[in-house]
Amino acid sequence: MAILQFREALRAAMTEEMLRDDRVFLMGEEVAEYNGAYKVSEGMLEQFGPKRIIDTPISENGFCGLGVGAAMSGLRPIIEFMTFNFSFVAIDQIINNAAKIRYMSGGQFSVPIVFRGANGAAGQLAATHNTSTESIYSTIPGLIVIAPSNPDDAKGLLKSAIRNDNPVIFLESEVMFGMKGEVSDEPDYLIPIGKARIAKEGTDVTIVAHSKSYHIAMRVAERLDAQGYSAEVIDPRTIRPLDIDTIVESIKKTNRCVIIDESNPYASISSEITFQIQDRAFDYLDAPIKRITAKDVPAPYAKNLIEYYMPQEEDAYRACLSVMYAK
Amino acid sequence: MAKQTKPTSPRKAAPRRKAAPKTAAPQAPEYTVPDTLSFSATFDTYPAGKYGHKELGLSEDQVIGMYRNMLLQRRFEERAAQMYGKQKIAGFLHLCIGQEAISTGTATAIQIGKDSVITAYRDHGHALALGMSANAGMAEMFGKVGGCSKGKGGSMHFFDKENGLFGGHGIVGAHVPVGVGMAFAHKYKEDGGVAIAFYGDGAAGQGAVHEAANLMSIYELPAILVVENNQYAMGTAVHRAFGQTEFSHWAASYDVRGSVADGMDVFAVVKAMQDAAAHAREFRPTMMEIRTYRYRGHSMSDPQKYRTKEELEAKKNEDPIIRLKAYILNHKITDEKTLDAIDEDVKDEIMAAVEFAEKSPEPDLDAIYDDIYDTRDYPFLA
Repeated sequence: MAILQFREALRAAMTEEMLRDDRVFLMGEEVAEYNGAYKVSEGMLEQFGPKRIIDTPISENGFCGLGVGAAMSGLRPIIEFMTFNFSFVAIDQIINNAAKIRYMSGGQFSVPIVFRGANGAAGQLAATHNTSTESIYSTIPGLIVIAPSNPDDAKGLLKSAIRNDNPVIFLESEVMFGMKGEVSDEPDYLIPIGKARIAKEGTDVTIVAHSKSYHIAMRVAERLDAQGYSAEVIDPRTIRPLDIDTIVESIKKTNRCVIIDESNPYASISSEITFQIQDRAFDYLDAPIKRITAKDVPAPYAKNLIEYYMPQEEDAYRACLSVMYAK
Repeated sequence: MAKQTKPTSPRKAAPRRKAAPKTAAPQAPEYTVPDTLSFSATFDTYPAGKYGHKELGLSEDQVIGMYRNMLLQRRFEERAAQMYGKQKIAGFLHLCIGQEAISTGTATAIQIGKDSVITAYRDHGHALALGMSANAGMAEMFGKVGGCSKGKGGSMHFFDKENGLFGGHGIVGAHVPVGVGMAFAHKYKEDGGVAIAFYGDGAAGQGAVHEAANLMSIYELPAILVVENNQYAMGTAVHRAFGQTEFSHWAASYDVRGSVADGMDVFAVVKAMQDAAAHAREFRPTMMEIRTYRYRGHSMSDPQKYRTKEELEAKKNEDPIIRLKAYILNHKITDEKTLDAIDEDVKDEIMAAVEFAEKSPEPDLDAIYDDIYDTRDYPFLA
């Protein structure tokens, strides 16, 4: 085990997979000579050279399409978005090409590609630079969507994503790149895609939260512990396919659920998880499911407003108390 | 042959590490605005009637094979239109009748299997030229399991991995960057292959095409972007949609080779493609325009009020199949009787394809869940 930043864990995953498989390459804006806009790919140009660490012009539609064609041809591209806000310029390539070509070709062409980069809100950047995209991409059959919450998961899941034969949306976060944590240095450290992690066991309420929201969940669980309530925290890690079995098993034990998700709430991950829980575990629920999300508005710029926009720890804490009918 | 005069300095032999415009040198004087600034470029042209089969290295058998292939496309689509009327084929059906020389000429000039091709939704001709069977094509349009994509793609989404056809794509222009990615892979793998991306004049207005052109230029890819200019994007004539209607001129903006070929003469297409492929194998990409004409509407629901009957009739005199037939007879490559026999043979092949498509079963309902994810290594992705 080593203590690594989130960005270093991502770099370790890419570096190990590039050493293992020469079909893997990294392409994106500023990934090479600038060493990465967020320094995720720092030093990789020097290590692998310009054939495999490739700067692009600001042409997301073009270089995402290039990645799809390269993947169809047997290569394994990693396409970095400086942030996923810019993926919308290329969403046609992701939704219409990467996700659907395997199906439309009757299985003749696979598209083993990873689209990775920062997702979600990152402070006073205003509406266009603060979008949480997981709900948007998770609705598309053919895509895998992964959103790790810590450096160890980031490494193990990114390695699995690169080895996977399907298009993967891999969601990171500007505000988590500097987060440190213990990271496995096993060469084949692969965390299975589609498996949730029970981060904390508990008996009274299940909190489901991924990415940054997971850290709110852990703080809420600590506060509940201090009040004598036992919260179970589940980090789905993979959004699609969702490990609903682990969530349902937890609810069979706790009979209560609160979901924290920084996506906008309408037709979102929390909506989907709520549907699946009522479908699979309706008779086990002792209270309506609650969710704490971003406000249902575009992200604002003003400091007080963007802070208010984000899911609030206090709201999540109170939601947990309310589903337990506690005060 | 005229060489394009490059408006910028020659390429460096070493691969660029940086995706910067080639003209952007770091020295300050480069950015000083001069008193005058001019630009000139020339482009390779491939007019109709200029080339014969011998100088292109084509045998008489190959010429007869090209004739048969163009006829196969024509009869396949005529029958498809009929089957659409009978509601055996549904959805959108876009015919390439009149444009067959492009697909046949290309397939003649490239190395099928080694090179790769991607095209838009007017894709039947390219598929049949590259070697897809009429059976697999017809059954796909019938929505049957015997189709090239097991009935999942339909008319617009013909795929044939074995013959290097990377689709049939329905979103206008979106496949062109994918074609540049295929070229990227050829260069990365050092397999000597070339990627060709066809698109219509309508797609030329899509940003994706321009991003793709720029990317193939800066990465020096073995790519050929080909606009099949049939003069109408649905019903919008080229001159109503573009400020610059000489599509080859766009090549100069991206500092790649530009060329124009007459798509009504299959030999002009062969020569244009032979040259472009030779350049591409040396990592010099081409933007090519092929001027052609579609005799039918954009799709089956097109009343064609945007053009006159006189225009259509005049263009039919340039029919690429009639032109090749005349060439074959004039050069005594074979006689009319043999060509008639080929016509009968093609008709039989198409009728057999219709029968195959009729008899091929519909997909099982459970097949709706097949081929979404590749699960070879990840069985938990049920």
